[in-house]
Amino acid sequence: MSLLIGTFTIGLILALLSLGVFISFRIFNFPDITTEGSITLGASISAAMIVGGFDPWVATLVALAGGFMAGALTGIIHTRFAVNGLLSGILVMTALYSVNLHVMGKSNVPLMSDKTIITTIENLGMSVFRVSGDITLFGSTVPVKDVFTLASVLFIVLVLGLLLYLFLKSNLGTAMRATGNNQQMIRALGVNTNVMIILGLGISNALIALSGAVLAQFQGFADVQMGIGMLVLGLASVIIGEALISDKSLGYMIAGAIGGSLIFRLLVAVALRLGMNPNDLKLITAVFVFIALVLPMVLKKYKRRGAQSKC
Amino acid sequence: MLEIKNISKTFNPDTVSEVKSLSDISCTIEAESFVVLVGTNGSGKSTLLNAIAGNFFPDRGTIVLDGTDLTKMPEHKRAKYIGRVFQNPFSGTAPDMTIAENLALAAKRGASRSLGWALTHTLTGEFRERVRPLNMELEDRLDSPIGKLSGGQRQALTLLMASWIKPKLLLLDEHTAALDPKTAGTVIRMTEEIVNRERLTTLMVTHSMQQAVSMGTRILMMHKGRIVHDFKGQEKRRLKAADLLALFDDIRKKELIDPAAAEMINQLYV
Repeated sequence: MSLLIGTFTIGLILALLSLGVFISFRIFNFPDITTEGSITLGASISAAMIVGGFDPWVATLVALAGGFMAGALTGIIHTRFAVNGLLSGILVMTALYSVNLHVMGKSNVPLMSDKTIITTIENLGMSVFRVSGDITLFGSTVPVKDVFTLASVLFIVLVLGLLLYLFLKSNLGTAMRATGNNQQMIRALGVNTNVMIILGLGISNALIALSGAVLAQFQGFADVQMGIGMLVLGLASVIIGEALISDKSLGYMIAGAIGGSLIFRLLVAVALRLGMNPNDLKLITAVFVFIALVLPMVLKKYKRRGAQSKC
Repeated sequence: MLEIKNISKTFNPDTVSEVKSLSDISCTIEAESFVVLVGTNGSGKSTLLNAIAGNFFPDRGTIVLDGTDLTKMPEHKRAKYIGRVFQNPFSGTAPDMTIAENLALAAKRGASRSLGWALTHTLTGEFRERVRPLNMELEDRLDSPIGKLSGGQRQALTLLMASWIKPKLLLLDEHTAALDPKTAGTVIRMTEEIVNRERLTTLMVTHSMQQAVSMGTRILMMHKGRIVHDFKGQEKRRLKAADLLALFDDIRKKELIDPAAAEMINQLYV
């Protein structure tokens, strides 16, 4: 049970990552690899500031702003200087590696005894509800602080998911979605598509950096390597969500990205429990995303061939 | 009123693929006039439209619309004054978004886009009212993705979107060329109705000589980046499709003769 709560908590924290990836991959139709740098940026900014004595909430907000700037920078390189989108992301991701090392001063910052937003939430929950120690949940004993953490992270994810939905349904957000869908059309209707891309990638990477900041505080450290494979992980979550919910309307797609992240974490936990070598995790994730991307195409071909043979 | 003065544009200058698309074009399009632009392939008709819309900046010359200098204005800012319908029916709408969302984008053409809810109840009602006269039964399908509609339906909606907020200038770039004859007829009737009702200043490019003679108040014929003929008033009304075709034949014949030889013949016999 305790393991399950931990799994869901990480799944929800990484749901912020998949929301960010959803924006770049599904709204702007390009896989933004800035993700791998900005999730680490979020982690390293928050860890370094917390160790430096800042309030953990302030540290988390600064991490979010840092992610926004990283994403906006990718957008600026892509639009103003006409560099290929993928390459713009690679440039910023590579640059962020050094930036992250500078921010932390070393390659790994532990947050063992420091006050983080996670410990703050746990303490707040325990003092408000006047409980401590362990409680019994569905027949097994779990630390009560873990339950508070899960509930708070769930709350944060739901609020941000809802805000994202409201934003994308606004006049500005609609113009942003149209930018990813048909640039020629939306320019002819008076929208500066460059600004939309810069703003959209900024928001995407702000969510991703927030995910990194919360993740670092949850797991108790920030590491300069933690971003590796995160884009593919986000893509996997988005794709799982779409497979589960066939409805392509915006609200369902956002819910799908969140649910997809949870299910992905659950699958990983089960696989590890069954004895999968953790070193194979990224290989299997990559293969999974490959299959998910190619499968619809293969199925279509197969169907068409089937239809032809019937004639 | 649209005033175009000495517009020139050369693509890929000083390379083997250099193309002089527009050379020193000047013309004035009166307010509320409906100008039809015809010309041979590669004559620069679409290029002229794109120059006015702001897809690129001309090398020389100025473009002024109702006293506003558009020459150096980026495309998305000009959109405040200009409505556009493209040749490709897929170019004018966002396929994955719903009909209502596409219309909502058009209802904000050139205006600032806030964080307010895009699809308000009143706006959706207005969409239904203005989509119904198209007689395409789209008023009950406002929530379905526009990509599911046929090319003709999408082009009709694009036309509606381009004129949702009255533009100072409507640019139609062979907007029926990709449609089947019946659908093209419907879109043409719609075009005339909207242009006449809203008294829109319109510039339409077409390949159809029939459309050119039956529509509009003025015909401009382009060739090799220049305006070579200009028919208006009585002259335009008397013009028949056959006359236009004859003019094209003339141009083609002149093409066949070497320019130097043509000059000589001119001096000797004319």
